[in-house]
Amino acid sequence: MRKYTLAASVLALATGLSATGAMAAGKLNLYCSAQEDWCQLMARSFEEKTGIDVDMTRKSSGETFAQIKAEEVNPKGDVWWGGTGDPHLQAAEEDLTEPYVSPMRDQLHPWAIAQATSAGDKTIGIYSGALGFGYNTKLLADNGLPAPACWEDLTKPEFKGKVQMANPNSSGTAYTTLATMVQLFGEDNGFDYMKRLHANINQYTKSGSAPIKAAGQGETTVGIVFMHDSVAQTVAGFPVVTVAPCEGTGYEIGSMSIIKGARNMDEAKVFYDWALSAEAQTLALQVNAFQVMSNKGATSSDLAPKMDQIKLIDYDFKLYGSSDERKRLLSKWDNDVSTLPQ
Amino acid sequence: MRTVTSESNSHPVLTFWIIAGWVGFLLLPWYGVEDFYTFEWLVDGWPLDGDYAPAAFLIAQGQKLWLAPLLPALIAPLFVMRRRKTDPIYGKVLIIAGGFGFAWMIAQGLGIGLRGYNFGWLTALLGDLGDRQFGMGYGALIVASAFLFLFTQGIAARGAVNGDVFVTAAIGGVITIVSIFVFLPIVKMLGAAFISDDGGYSVIEFFGKFVDRRIWGLGCFSGTNCGAAWNSLILAVLVGVITTVLGLIFALVLTRSNFKYKQALRALTVLPIITPPFVIGLALILLFGMSGTVTQWVAGLFDMQPTRWLYGMPGLLIAQVLAFTPIAFLVMIGVVEGVSPSMEEAAQTLRANRWQTFRTVSLPLMRPGLANAFLLGFIESMADFGNPLVLGGNFDVLSTEIFFAIVGAQYDQSRAAILAMVLLGFTLGAFYLQRFWLGNKSYTTVTGKGDAGVHPQMPLGLALPVYVIAGLWALFTIGVYVYIVYGSFVQLWGVDDSLTLTHYKTAFAVSWGDNGFRWTGSAWDSFFTTIMIATIAAPFTAAVGLITAYLLTRQNFAGKKSFEFGTMLSFAIPGTVIGVAYILAFNVPPIEITGTGIILVISFVFRNMPVGVRAGIASMSQLDKSLDESSLTLGANSWQTFRLVILPLLRPAILAALVYSFVRAMTAISAVIFLVSARYDMATSYIIGRVENNDYGLAIAYSTALIFVMLFAVGMLQFGVGRTKIGRRSSNSGGH
Repeated sequence: MRKYTLAASVLALATGLSATGAMAAGKLNLYCSAQEDWCQLMARSFEEKTGIDVDMTRKSSGETFAQIKAEEVNPKGDVWWGGTGDPHLQAAEEDLTEPYVSPMRDQLHPWAIAQATSAGDKTIGIYSGALGFGYNTKLLADNGLPAPACWEDLTKPEFKGKVQMANPNSSGTAYTTLATMVQLFGEDNGFDYMKRLHANINQYTKSGSAPIKAAGQGETTVGIVFMHDSVAQTVAGFPVVTVAPCEGTGYEIGSMSIIKGARNMDEAKVFYDWALSAEAQTLALQVNAFQVMSNKGATSSDLAPKMDQIKLIDYDFKLYGSSDERKRLLSKWDNDVSTLPQ
Repeated sequence: MRTVTSESNSHPVLTFWIIAGWVGFLLLPWYGVEDFYTFEWLVDGWPLDGDYAPAAFLIAQGQKLWLAPLLPALIAPLFVMRRRKTDPIYGKVLIIAGGFGFAWMIAQGLGIGLRGYNFGWLTALLGDLGDRQFGMGYGALIVASAFLFLFTQGIAARGAVNGDVFVTAAIGGVITIVSIFVFLPIVKMLGAAFISDDGGYSVIEFFGKFVDRRIWGLGCFSGTNCGAAWNSLILAVLVGVITTVLGLIFALVLTRSNFKYKQALRALTVLPIITPPFVIGLALILLFGMSGTVTQWVAGLFDMQPTRWLYGMPGLLIAQVLAFTPIAFLVMIGVVEGVSPSMEEAAQTLRANRWQTFRTVSLPLMRPGLANAFLLGFIESMADFGNPLVLGGNFDVLSTEIFFAIVGAQYDQSRAAILAMVLLGFTLGAFYLQRFWLGNKSYTTVTGKGDAGVHPQMPLGLALPVYVIAGLWALFTIGVYVYIVYGSFVQLWGVDDSLTLTHYKTAFAVSWGDNGFRWTGSAWDSFFTTIMIATIAAPFTAAVGLITAYLLTRQNFAGKKSFEFGTMLSFAIPGTVIGVAYILAFNVPPIEITGTGIILVISFVFRNMPVGVRAGIASMSQLDKSLDESSLTLGANSWQTFRLVILPLLRPAILAALVYSFVRAMTAISAVIFLVSARYDMATSYIIGRVENNDYGLAIAYSTALIFVMLFAVGMLQFGVGRTKIGRRSSNSGGH
């Protein structure tokens, strides 16, 4: 009942005989936190390539983190691939993942390796995506609003009740937004911005990508999300335009970690090396994943936001990914921002 | 047919469990075997290989010697097999052997795990063990059950519950499995509430987190938002009241009116319960959201600015009432049908008019139903997760707060545990209020004496509003569902309305190629798993639920009330908490079942059991005890009484339990998120994946297909279980 995509079969043909050494290969339990079809494609392509059986379970990064933590004493997973970087860093901090230095490292962008060094080699960057926002063109036109281009635009009075973002307490995306503002404008001005933005927010959603889905369905005008999620809405056919804010913006690094005490440690490392290769990362093109991949040789989608055209801040993943700083910023946001009347 | 067991020297039940114990000890693999049912282990080194060996072979080879003390406990019962039950030695030996064996099983299971001794003080006391053990397998499972039931037979022989073997075994069995699969995980989870940030235990931090403004805040009186606890409470009370009233209304229309299309109405009330999560929420957004069809139309009509009125309390209330009315209905219909017409006729003979009869006789007799329906609606609303996620807006409720405390950016398990405690507190409160309201009155109306047959019609003053409300609600439900089915046939719901079959093809394509018949659609895998798990879980749920209900209504034993509440626990806690609690409890020996299909089945059985219990209690409290007594007087034992007298009268309750657990296994999402694995993926988690990926069409097409599958299954169940014939209650039977 395994379904092989055409591309995966071609890949297997091309690499055909080189995989014979792996005939006796065992199995791999993959925890995947990217979108379903991407996870499937990665698992099946890896099987084709190496002959290692992959059991893949897809869950959001928060859910996967909770599961790995619950399974700490008796780990069931081997590799955790995909999902935003913070939970991976958190897992590294709590010693749930295994340090590994891959021979593939010299092929990677510096930001991917920076992610690894900040976590004692327990995780590594596989893709990155910049924060931004998207708006519904139809609602914008209906209400005669100017197209927003900057973070500041979203605090204008005419956008009152028209902006949606996730709750930083529940969503990693929204926490990235909060941390970005603090780094972009400085802590005081950043929180001042969050307060002014608060006045215009119609809902703090629970899940990170919900605001842009609401924008697609016409339930809000603007949604603050990662830009690749917004592009995916446009590609799915919704009237959504993606904006890279003019002041500059933060970004996430989608990561990969090997789970500490993995039962199939050797296979896990084989997957790890393979997942960092240009060939594996180019698979993203087939599944509408609009992130920028970490291998310098990997091709990214034409529709993907061009990272070199976005003003990226120098995001301090180590500081803002640590649980102390996170708790501090979140409780400050809780007490100073979320209690204000709207 | 009658067997006089009390004085004979042969004890078939005892013999059975003794043999079972020896089979488990001598033949079956003691520890868990992956892919047990391929029976490859039989040719792969069994019985000597350490992975597959039965306990006896392990001990004989000098391994796992901590299992050796089980041997005398298995031997001892052999000596009393020929003794009379009344012989004090019979009972004493069984109690000691069974009790010791069972206790030792637990002690060694908890004490010795994957890394040798599980507790530091054991290592300190006994030195390093130098060995380890994995999760229990079938051998251990059967031996443990044998000890348990030897023990219950022992205490029965000593005179517990009038020496009733069936009842003591049932009590022992139910208490054991409820302790293992409900209490253990929940205690493990709630223990986290006292864990402080640095990993130690702290009561002060607990109170600090407990009085959090996000839980108890009263900001909604001053322009911001109220705490999640208040929101949940208000919503749950409203949902409980409204669903109970609607459930009663539908039950009245079905049993006490001349309404012609009763079957259609019945099917309609069942629709929402068989709808996968998110679908109702999505449909409501597309109808009543800011850009929704209805909103736009109304806004155009009255020239208003469309608003986001749906998000928050109003939307949640609509969605939950829509979703949970069927549960209230399923409880109410059993009770309303069960009220004996002879009482109502007696009232009428005493010159009460129809309205007086209804108000003073029928309605009070329905109180157990009303109370149970309210309790279920209240709890369902408290634990509901899908709807608040989609429609909650800024109206925070406990269940989603709990979920995001665990998986969100804070990873705060202790906060999740505290929120779960608050939620449990409310449920406990509702539970005791319900007990208090019902009091010690009797609601018995089915007595075994002949009754008159037909229920009287509703009084006119009641019938009119009942018809109007039922009609309006039915129309609303139909509207929402037509829209859902329509949504599965359009290109992109809400944006591109051109009709298409693509979504069904993607999900359910089959092909006939060189390799023969292939299920190529992307949904088949999870579809077959879901059907299989649901089919296995349903009968277990009904059985455990009804036996529990029987014990609670018909038997008296110490700790009955706390036991009753315990059975409600797993239902009252949101599934996500259960999911994490199950991983915490069952990922390590002695019970290691994560990643299997078994854990899904078990979680469904114990999550849905309370509905079987509630429905069973509501129906059983209407059956007069004299029925049991006459059966017992005629020489039947309590098992025969249960099977031949009570069970057939409980058909509506059995049906409710079967239908509900089957359907919930197919539509539940929250607990499932954590328990699905690569090999056992469920339909709902597949659907959520599609929704996250903007594939609304595919998600809705899959949901629509599931709805039809469940409709079919519910119909089959209804046909299979049959209807209860309490008296001559069909309107065409002409008197007696």
